Amino acid sequence: MSAAPPSSAPAQAAPGQGAAVAVRGLRIAAKGASGEHTIVHGLDFDIAPGEVLALIGESGSGKTTTALALMGYARQGCRIVGGSVRIGDIDVLGLDAAAQRRLRGRTVAYIAQSAAASFNPSRTLMDQVVEPALIHRLMSRDEAERRAVALFRELALPRPDSIGQRYPHQVSGGQLQRLMAAMALISDPALVILDEPTTALDVTTQIEVLRAFRRVVRERGTSAVYVTHDLAVVAQMADRILVLRHGAARELGDTRQIIEAPADDYTRSLLAAAHPAPRAGGPAADATATPLLSVRGLAAGYGPRGADGMPAVPILADIDLTVRRGQAIGVIGESGSGKTTLARVVAGLVAPARGEVLLDGALLPPTLARRSKDQLRRIQIVFQIADTALNPAHTVERILARPLQLYHGLSGAALQARIARLLDLVQLPSAVAGRLPGGLSGGQKQRINLARALAAEPDLILADEVTSALDTVVGAAVLDLMAELRRELGLSYLFISHDLNTVRAVCDEVVVLYAGRKVESVPRERAGVAEGMATGSAARHPYFDLLARSVPELRLGWLDETAAREAQQPAGARAAGCCVFLDRCPVRLAGVCDSLPPPRRSLPGGGEILCHRAEVPAARA
Amino acid sequence: MNALVLRLIAARIGLALVSLLLVSAVVFAITALLPGDAAEEKLGLEATAETLAALRHEMGLDRPALLRYGDWLAGMAGGDPGRSVVSGALVGQLIASRLPNSLLLAGLTAAISVPLALGLGIAAAMWRGSRFDRAVSMGAVAVVSVPEFLIATLAVLLFAVQLRWLPALAYTGPDAELAELARAYALPVFSLCCVIISQMLRMTRAAVVDQLRAPYIEMLRLKGASPLRMVLRHALPNALGPIANAVALSLSYLLGGVIIVETIFNYPGVAKLMVDGVTQRDMPLVQTCAMLFCAAYLLLVTVADVLGIVSNPKLRHR
Repeated sequence: MSAAPPSSAPAQAAPGQGAAVAVRGLRIAAKGASGEHTIVHGLDFDIAPGEVLALIGESGSGKTTTALALMGYARQGCRIVGGSVRIGDIDVLGLDAAAQRRLRGRTVAYIAQSAAASFNPSRTLMDQVVEPALIHRLMSRDEAERRAVALFRELALPRPDSIGQRYPHQVSGGQLQRLMAAMALISDPALVILDEPTTALDVTTQIEVLRAFRRVVRERGTSAVYVTHDLAVVAQMADRILVLRHGAARELGDTRQIIEAPADDYTRSLLAAAHPAPRAGGPAADATATPLLSVRGLAAGYGPRGADGMPAVPILADIDLTVRRGQAIGVIGESGSGKTTLARVVAGLVAPARGEVLLDGALLPPTLARRSKDQLRRIQIVFQIADTALNPAHTVERILARPLQLYHGLSGAALQARIARLLDLVQLPSAVAGRLPGGLSGGQKQRINLARALAAEPDLILADEVTSALDTVVGAAVLDLMAELRRELGLSYLFISHDLNTVRAVCDEVVVLYAGRKVESVPRERAGVAEGMATGSAARHPYFDLLARSVPELRLGWLDETAAREAQQPAGARAAGCCVFLDRCPVRLAGVCDSLPPPRRSLPGGGEILCHRAEVPAARA
Repeated sequence: MNALVLRLIAARIGLALVSLLLVSAVVFAITALLPGDAAEEKLGLEATAETLAALRHEMGLDRPALLRYGDWLAGMAGGDPGRSVVSGALVGQLIASRLPNSLLLAGLTAAISVPLALGLGIAAAMWRGSRFDRAVSMGAVAVVSVPEFLIATLAVLLFAVQLRWLPALAYTGPDAELAELARAYALPVFSLCCVIISQMLRMTRAAVVDQLRAPYIEMLRLKGASPLRMVLRHALPNALGPIANAVALSLSYLLGGVIIVETIFNYPGVAKLMVDGVTQRDMPLVQTCAMLFCAAYLLLVTVADVLGIVSNPKLRHR
């Protein structure tokens, strides 16, 4: 094999030109407890030069494994056992180790899901971006750096001339993702593999990154493989879609056909899960009764407290929130907006610096240690990652028994009966009681996580991104379950999520956090994109508007049409206490927004907003 | 280098100094608790209550403990740890005559063991799971499981007594030839290396393997980087902190190991001096030696901590 160096292959001759890819009978096996089993079963597909093919499927569908096999690479424990992969004239699976190294990063480049983990923390960004060009001796370091800066500019990175001198932790997640694209494109590869490149990003960032990716891939005519679970994203990026399930192809077709006229049942179920239907709520909450939870003037943060009682790292400021009995309130915002801190304050894990939290009108002590057992029982938290929230060494039975013994003093037959009833409530067979969490699927684990909270018979459940780590279909089933439990048991939820679709589907009211401030709250009927547009920007906070418009829609051409925009330049000098969204606001009013604190105003039809513009509808620009 | 890094480093050094002060109190208290004192030791069988009391008064042993501690600490800090209560010689001079010997032994051991351990550890991490890795790891476990006095004794039995290749006593005169020097030091250095190599090797391997599992290494592989580039240019700088700690901990173990090895090979180092001091109840000498060992330990650990701080890019580049 080493007799045929890939430098003679035509796929590397013309830079900036996509290669044709042909995959035949690709089979990949994984080592398991009971020997090797096949995880990719004989896939066949082609990619025309310059075409973008999407591999779509849920976790475990083999989409990433397949994409990596295009580079002749299999992760630890996996092995490519059969089939062929041809990129241009290169027989990828027939290459020896040295020839594979010459292929990777040169003919085929890879953009990984988590840019933060994919950069070496101790080397500068420029060092790493130019590395493929230096490894493959394509150009001198100076030339590579010039190229990198040009790519930074093309990818709309801020300060393209100097950003390379920074370290990975000094730039944002969206910027890292684009830097990784620059790293992949610096060697002008014939094929680029994008593996869930925007999944870890906030929607407002995702839309910018998607635009940048699509532009550079299209302009270069590079062939590309786009791996994702998100159909709405794929509809914007791909020419053709291959739907995978359990390592086998379910459907392969043009993007339009797959999105608009899917032929396969499984594709249809994926599409259905991507359109979350609103779940029926409970009976209308009694607006006159004492609210179950009320948060007033809350401020909280982390670190040692200063002389004014405020923590060194303030997170939340001036938060008001009411949850009535049987209500589900959604809290939405981008990462770092303080959503989780809010849940932690209500749960007693973080003491508020200012303000108060009341349960049924009674003041809750700030910390867990000072809350009574009954107060603890009435508020339960369900964490995002069931894997880390459930003790892997305890059986499901033991996990569920603990709150039952602690809060209700159950034992013996009563305890067993209650555990069976709880498993029934979360729609799991009673046989799982004896299993360890490691033996359950992601969706099952999240149901156990929920059952553990239900065991305490709480009044309020704090659900922190409970479906974010789950596949769309599985997540939709968990949402259904939560809606059903709410109707049956009269539960209330404080539902925290970064995903507007999810929040809209289950909550009566949406609270929007930005930089630790509550910038808007709206009833769910008015939380949609179309509704916001219809009522005009004055009735909606510019940040919420940006957020709502950034959620990808499952139709072709959305990315081209959507008008989500942010201010291009940060605002200049400002007075203390003015709007936190000022720098990104596309409709800020000079002389108003940068000098006065925004007023809080009630909206007709419910909800409130923290914005100057709500006061001056006449000044719509 | 920025204000945060300097502040963290200053805090580490301050902490080391506070530890040293605490250690001095503990050393003083423990030596005071040992049964018998220098007066009893000096008089031996001729001791009567009167002669003991007189001698204690003469040696200043009957003054309050706190006062003696204060004087002793002030002397220590001023570089004058006092006189040996047995021989009357200055403790400082006693130690100064032995310290170069001990440093030579420790230095030779470090010079051989550190590169060897790091090299083997990195190689084992690179080819983890291979036969080489398993052989190295097994060997390391086997060697670390045997106490150094046993290794030293067995080595003497084998190489000095049975085979007569090497001398059983380690010390050579000041004007020894290089070959003679090497032969003399071979056994003690070998015994000490055995103990500390395996620790450093295993911790280096673990630190590098930890980095090689990181997603950025997979990314590098997909960029076409060679295994050597992945390890030397990418993984190693990130593993520097844990490796520095492993080296410091192992070298500090050397201090304890020196006591036993110096005794077995009858080597005139500081540790031997300390052991002699203990048998003769020569408390100023014992205390000074103990402080010296503690200070060396704190120095090593602090240097490792500082390296860990400086090698963390998140602290270095804010």
